Amino acid sequence: MESVLPAVLGVLALAGGVLVFRCDSMARATFALLLSLCCVGGEVALLGLPYLGVVTVLMMIMEMVVMAVFMIAYMMNPAGLMPMSMLHNKRGSLALSAAVFAALVAAVFLVPWPDRRGGPPPDTTVQVGRALMGGQMLTMIVLGFVLLATMVGATVLATRRGRYDRFGDALDRRTPRDPVGGGVGR
Amino acid sequence: MTETAAWWSLLAAPALLLAGAVLAVAGDALLAARDAGRPTTVRTALRPLLEVPRLLAAQPRRLPAADRLLWRLGVVSVPVAAVLSALVIPFGGTAVADLSVGVVWFNAMEVVTWGGLWLAGWGPNAAFSLIGGYRFVAQGLAYELPLMFALLSAATAAESLRVGDIAQAQHGLWFAVWMPVAFAVYLAGVLAFSFLGPFRHPAGEDIAAGVLGETSGVDRLLLEAGRWLWLTSGAAMAVPLFLGGGSGPGLPGWAWSSLKTLAVLAVLVWVLRRMPVVRADRYVEFAWVVLVPLTLVQVLVPALLVLGR
Repeated sequence: MESVLPAVLGVLALAGGVLVFRCDSMARATFALLLSLCCVGGEVALLGLPYLGVVTVLMMIMEMVVMAVFMIAYMMNPAGLMPMSMLHNKRGSLALSAAVFAALVAAVFLVPWPDRRGGPPPDTTVQVGRALMGGQMLTMIVLGFVLLATMVGATVLATRRGRYDRFGDALDRRTPRDPVGGGVGR
Repeated sequence: MTETAAWWSLLAAPALLLAGAVLAVAGDALLAARDAGRPTTVRTALRPLLEVPRLLAAQPRRLPAADRLLWRLGVVSVPVAAVLSALVIPFGGTAVADLSVGVVWFNAMEVVTWGGLWLAGWGPNAAFSLIGGYRFVAQGLAYELPLMFALLSAATAAESLRVGDIAQAQHGLWFAVWMPVAFAVYLAGVLAFSFLGPFRHPAGEDIAAGVLGETSGVDRLLLEAGRWLWLTSGAAMAVPLFLGGGSGPGLPGWAWSSLKTLAVLAVLVWVLRRMPVVRADRYVEFAWVVLVPLTLVQVLVPALLVLGR
């Protein structure tokens, strides 16, 4: 039992990964990828990190649903309704993936894996929290600001209308003139 | 202390959840009848249940070029996620599975509905259902962050992600009393992920019932059941998160849990009929401009209290 469940999840994750490149519909490819990522989340939970495992599943579902919307809206074929293929540059990618696979397999056998010292802590969630909020606090804060700046920057670059379009030349318009109404003040 | 229940609770928990959902549907039918001036009798309350045999016997609708696999997957995942979410909710002193990360589990199962409803909208290969699916994703982007902060407030105050610990941590003073913003936002979130009442925009009348529109027969039954199961599960989760769980004078824990759950459910069902539909795009702006800052300040309160303890 100890090894059956991880093996099943591993095979499912791989099958999902293969399906991404076999499906001819963007929706199916996205959800095949989601299956793969959820299995990875399950593996993490089985490794004794329930918080990271469940959070992986949570974030990946949200992410993949949003991605499906954008992929279908903007990618290769209109609305994603025509059959499509996720395979591009077949020879190059085949060579690259074969090399990476070979390197990873070689690493499995060549790396001197350490033996376990001590037992796992009773609550690994606390350990994760300590690591993030203790030793890596500065990293997390910087990361947070960089992420936020990226989001704001991307939005500013993507929108054609600036604040003067919305609030008038003197910025004195009470409610912004937007093509689509929002929920606050209108 | 919350403990893990015996194996048969795996069957009892879904049954209880279903019973709560049936009560909610009956209550909704009674309120509808009263609003319409029709007689409110037992017959009125049981009338929606007639839909069950009707839908079971109904001929399935076939559509050209539907993505049957994804459609089925989406339809099934909504009620299944609702049942799975209930496994971590303590009933009195016992839960089916008192996970150490129960709150995150509940949240993850609720997010499964995003995928499920989007697929239910995408699968039939029809415009209105697809629009319904997109509407739910927009609604999800609006309600999810405030809901997460509301869950975080309770977890922070209890210093635990275990639902049982959160219920335990409120001896005497319920979190709903001193964290009213989180409680209100949580209840709004429950309505939003069951896409009922003011948040039924994804299944709106203006797009011929949206995500529900193209489903028929068993599929329709599963989706409809899924949203009411979600309403019940959300109401049940509000009890350990904000209303002190199964604690109370005189009665045993399971009795208090059921009483509080039914009370929350009754309030939610009453609200369903009292509020107009909120458009997803409007709610996104309201959520991000008003609710996110409010709930952030709300999380700050227990965080400071815990730090000062």
